[in-house]
Amino acid sequence: MPVEKAVCLSGSGLTKVFAYSGQKTVAVDHVDFSFYEGEVVSIVGESGSGKTTLAKMLLGLTSVSEGDIFFQGQKRDIRSQKKKKEYWKNIQAIFQDPFSSYNIFRKIDAVLLDCINLRGGRKLSEAKKIELMKEACSFVNLKFEELTNKYPFELSGGQMQRLMIARIFLLRPKILLADEPTSMIDACSRATILDELMHLRNEIGMTIIFITHDIGLAYYVSDTVYIMEHGKFVESGSADEVILHPTAAYTKRLITDVPKIHEEWDLSTV
Amino acid sequence: MDMPELIVKVDDPAKAEAMLEVRELTTKYITRYKEDVYAVDHVSLKVAEGKSLGIAGESGCGKSTLALSLMGYYFAPLHYTSGEIIIDGRNISGMKPDDVRKSILGTEIAYIPQAAMNALNPTRKIINFIEDVMQAHGLSVTKKDVYDRARQFFERVGLPAEVLQKYPVELSGGMKQRTVIAVSVMLLPKVLIADEPSSALDVTSQKMVIKMLKSLIENDIISSLIFITHELPLLYNVVDDIMVMYAGQIVEQGPAKEVVLDPIHPYAKGLMGSIIVPEEGLRDAKLAAIPGVPPNLKKPPAGCRFAERCKYVRPECRTNSVALYEAGDGRTFRCILPEKELRDAYQREASKNAS
Repeated sequence: MPVEKAVCLSGSGLTKVFAYSGQKTVAVDHVDFSFYEGEVVSIVGESGSGKTTLAKMLLGLTSVSEGDIFFQGQKRDIRSQKKKKEYWKNIQAIFQDPFSSYNIFRKIDAVLLDCINLRGGRKLSEAKKIELMKEACSFVNLKFEELTNKYPFELSGGQMQRLMIARIFLLRPKILLADEPTSMIDACSRATILDELMHLRNEIGMTIIFITHDIGLAYYVSDTVYIMEHGKFVESGSADEVILHPTAAYTKRLITDVPKIHEEWDLSTV
Repeated sequence: MDMPELIVKVDDPAKAEAMLEVRELTTKYITRYKEDVYAVDHVSLKVAEGKSLGIAGESGCGKSTLALSLMGYYFAPLHYTSGEIIIDGRNISGMKPDDVRKSILGTEIAYIPQAAMNALNPTRKIINFIEDVMQAHGLSVTKKDVYDRARQFFERVGLPAEVLQKYPVELSGGMKQRTVIAVSVMLLPKVLIADEPSSALDVTSQKMVIKMLKSLIENDIISSLIFITHELPLLYNVVDDIMVMYAGQIVEQGPAKEVVLDPIHPYAKGLMGSIIVPEEGLRDAKLAAIPGVPPNLKKPPAGCRFAERCKYVRPECRTNSVALYEAGDGRTFRCILPEKELRDAYQREASKNAS
C-alpha cells in the first residue's frame, strides 16, 4: 500500500459561468477534486468539455464563478498581484502551442535567465548561471551551446516544448499544469517529451496535471484519470480502473474513438 | 447456340495499374542564400485505383513537401528538379503552374492541408464559398445550379444541407474540416491528398473525418487517397499501404499491417516504438523515442541519412549511400544490413527487454 499522500491542490463546487447578453453557458459545473503530491493526474474530455476553462481557473488566469480552490490545504488567495506572483512560483504551465508560448523578440538565454532570477538567483555569478542553464538544457537532451544566442522560432516545435520543460526544471514548481503539451508535436518527439516530463516529476517530485483529449496518452502517463463531459466529471479513478474497465458511457465512447492497433476500429459509431 | 459476348471489357493496362504513379521525383527548396535543399529525393510510388497510401514520418522529414510536389504545382521557394508524375495515364510533370492550377487542381488532384478549415472566409456563407470555388474553375453555372448541386453532394457525403447556409463561425472545428473536404472533392478529383486532415481535432471529430475520407473512396467520389500523418495507429486503420519517409527519402514501403506490426528499417522500427494506444499493457511498455534530430538537408550526410541516430550503425553506413532493397511481398527498405540481420537484432533486443 502506498503511503497516504498529502493533498496538493483541491477544489470544491468549482464552477465557471460565461454570461453573454442574457445567455448563460456553464463551462465548468460544480466539480470536486483532490490532486495529491507527486501524482500525475489527467483530465480527459473532448473539445468544449470545459477542461481548459478548469485549467485556467487552477492557474488563476480566469476568475472563479463559484466554489473554492485549496492549495496545500489553504484556501487559495490571489487577490493581489503580489500574491498571484507568489502562487505562480508554485504552479506553472505548458501550453498546447509552443510557437506562441515564447516572446519572439527575446533570446533563449533570456527565457532561461528569467527562471533563474525568479527563483532568487539574481545575485549568482555569470558562470554559475550558465552552469544552471547548461544543466537544465542537458536535462531535456538539448545542448545549451547550440541554443545560446538563438531565438525560440529557430527551434522545431518539439525542441521548443522541451525548452519549456527545461524552464520548469529551473523553476521547480509544486504543480505543473500541462494543457495538451504534445498535440502539436509529432509522435516521435511526443514520446521524448512525455519521458522527459515523467523524469522531471521523479526528479523534483511535483504534481503534474495533464489535460488532453487523447485517452491513450492519459493512460500512458497518469496515475489518476478524471473524465470530463459538459463541465462535469463523469468518472474518475486510477488509470487502469478507468481505461480498462470504464463504467460511464462517455468514457467508453472516448475509448472507442481512438484508433487502435490490436483491436478493430469501429467507424460506424460516429 | 452460344451468343458471342457483346461487351468486351478493354483492360487498359496503364489505367488498371496505377491511378497515380510517381517516378524518381526530386524537388528542392532554394533558400534566399541560394542553397539547394532537396526535401524530396528520388521518390517513386504507385497508388492503384480504389487504394490508399499513407505517408508516415516525423516533422521535417519531407511528408508535406512531397504532398505539394505531387500536385505538380510549384511556386518559389519550391522547385521541380526531375522525375515524373503520372495521374491516370497523364504526365503532368513539367507543366506550367498556371496550367496545373486550371486543368489539374480540383479536377484531377485535390489537396487538403492541415489547417484546411482556415480556407473558409469568415464573412461568407458556405454556399458562397462554393460559388467562389466553382467560378474559380471557370464553370458558368447559375446560383441555383450551384445550390442544388452542393445540396445533393453534401447529402451524398453525409453532411447536413443546412451547413450550406451557415457562416464558418457557426460550425464546429470538425464540421468545418469536413465541409472543406467535401468542397475540395466536389469536382470529383481522381486523387485526394490529405495532409494531417484530423490532427487539429479531438478524437471524436477525427473519427468522423476518417469515416468521411474512407466513404469517399467507397462511394467512388475519389479514386485514390494519399493520407499523410505521423499518427501510426490512424494510418494503420485507414490506408492499404504505408510509406515511411526520412530526410526526404523513402526508407520503407509496404502493406500497412506489415509495416506497422513488423517493420524492417530501424527508423520505421523506432517510429512504431512510439505508438500510444489505450490498450492493456501500454503502461508497462516503455516508449522508445528515437534520440537525436533529422540531418540538415542543406548538407545531407554522404552515407545513410539515418546513420547518426541508428542503434545498429556500422562504419560503412556513414560513407556508402544506400539503395532501396526488395524484401518480398511488395515491401522495400533502405538499409545496408540484410533483412535477416535486422530482424535478429530486434529479436535480441526484445528478449533483453523482457528479461
